[in-house]
Amino acid sequence: MAPVLDPMIGRYVRLDIDGTPHRIYFEEAGQGIPLVCLHTAGADNRQFRHLLADPEITSRYRVLAFDLPWHGKSTPPDGWEKTEYRLTTASYTAAIRAFCQAMELEKPVVMGCSIGGRIVLNLAIAHAAEFRALVALEAADFQQPWYDTSWLHRPDVHGGEVCAALISGLIAPQSPPVSRHETLWMYMQGGPGIFKGDLYFYRVDGDLREKVKTIDTGICPLYLLTGEYDFSCTAEDTLRTAAQIPGAQVQVMKELGHFPMSENPAKFSEYILPVLEKIATGSGR
Amino acid sequence: MIPADCFARLPELLAGDADLVRRGRWLDVECRIEIGSEPFHLSLRQGALAALERGPRLMKSTSFTVRGTDEAWRRHWRRMPEPGWHDLFALTKRGAASMEGDLRPLLQNLQFFKDLLALPRRLPETN
Repeated sequence: MAPVLDPMIGRYVRLDIDGTPHRIYFEEAGQGIPLVCLHTAGADNRQFRHLLADPEITSRYRVLAFDLPWHGKSTPPDGWEKTEYRLTTASYTAAIRAFCQAMELEKPVVMGCSIGGRIVLNLAIAHAAEFRALVALEAADFQQPWYDTSWLHRPDVHGGEVCAALISGLIAPQSPPVSRHETLWMYMQGGPGIFKGDLYFYRVDGDLREKVKTIDTGICPLYLLTGEYDFSCTAEDTLRTAAQIPGAQVQVMKELGHFPMSENPAKFSEYILPVLEKIATGSGR
Repeated sequence: MIPADCFARLPELLAGDADLVRRGRWLDVECRIEIGSEPFHLSLRQGALAALERGPRLMKSTSFTVRGTDEAWRRHWRRMPEPGWHDLFALTKRGAASMEGDLRPLLQNLQFFKDLLALPRRLPETN
């Protein structure tokens, strides 16, 4: 019997981010318009495995999902043991642009979720002309913190288990149990302090209030989609953000939470396929 | 049935969930859960309820307290809760619940406690 293989292929690419050499893991599938996918804080590219395996998408998109440095199978930079990891607006933006450049992607679409959604807003603010379209999932210019991140990295609490338990409530109750627990498993596997380091960007460094007003969707279309069960980035947070950006297209997704692509892939398809159709045909402009 | 009466069914609900008891097997703690104005004192031993005392207890020592309004618990325990009422931290973020005391045993066993406090969702009376 022939082996049953998923369609995506994983590889490593060597690149420099702000002068530091990195070995970045990514998976890709499909042909056509480059679509770069950005995972959530403390997670990795496996969140996009269903998109990478959806022929309706890969028939006209070249889907690429990479692990941020320090995440998944991307190697932390040499000397990592002597530093405390902290993601910033600048370092995150540099990582995405370095990946797109190293892979020689021409005007890719970038779709990011959570911190990935927030940084997509920064791409729209600062680098819109480099992208064909931007899709921000579970994104807002700012959102109220709902727990103390010091619990995420300390010797008397298991980091993986507490990260997963905290974010478990952001998954919609309608999500299939198998998908829910696969999403949680990825959070249980993050490196020590990495989720906390990502949230430095989310909570401290990446406040985009006021800045989102400068986004010009005439240069690059912007789509915002947020799950109704996401109480971290609420639907109200996203709608408030979209209201400040003329031309931004916004949708609240029913029966979805903070991890739409991994917590309920079938339900997410109902929302993301029409968006990708608009981008591919240019009908969203 | 008022929310406190639902929570009073916790011993049978937890005893009926062997997997949850298994996941709490490292846990020994005294804690207080308030359902509206009614306090409950829980003694947990290896993930099982050794005691559940309803009502005020003078000078009862506990590690931490989780308190929520009657509305918070009622909406949290719907079989398919609405957005913003579906998770313990959704409740605290909206100000309908709070956590106080030494939160370490709570955070060390967070999924266990979230699932424990959601058990009344299984009662037909809460839906």
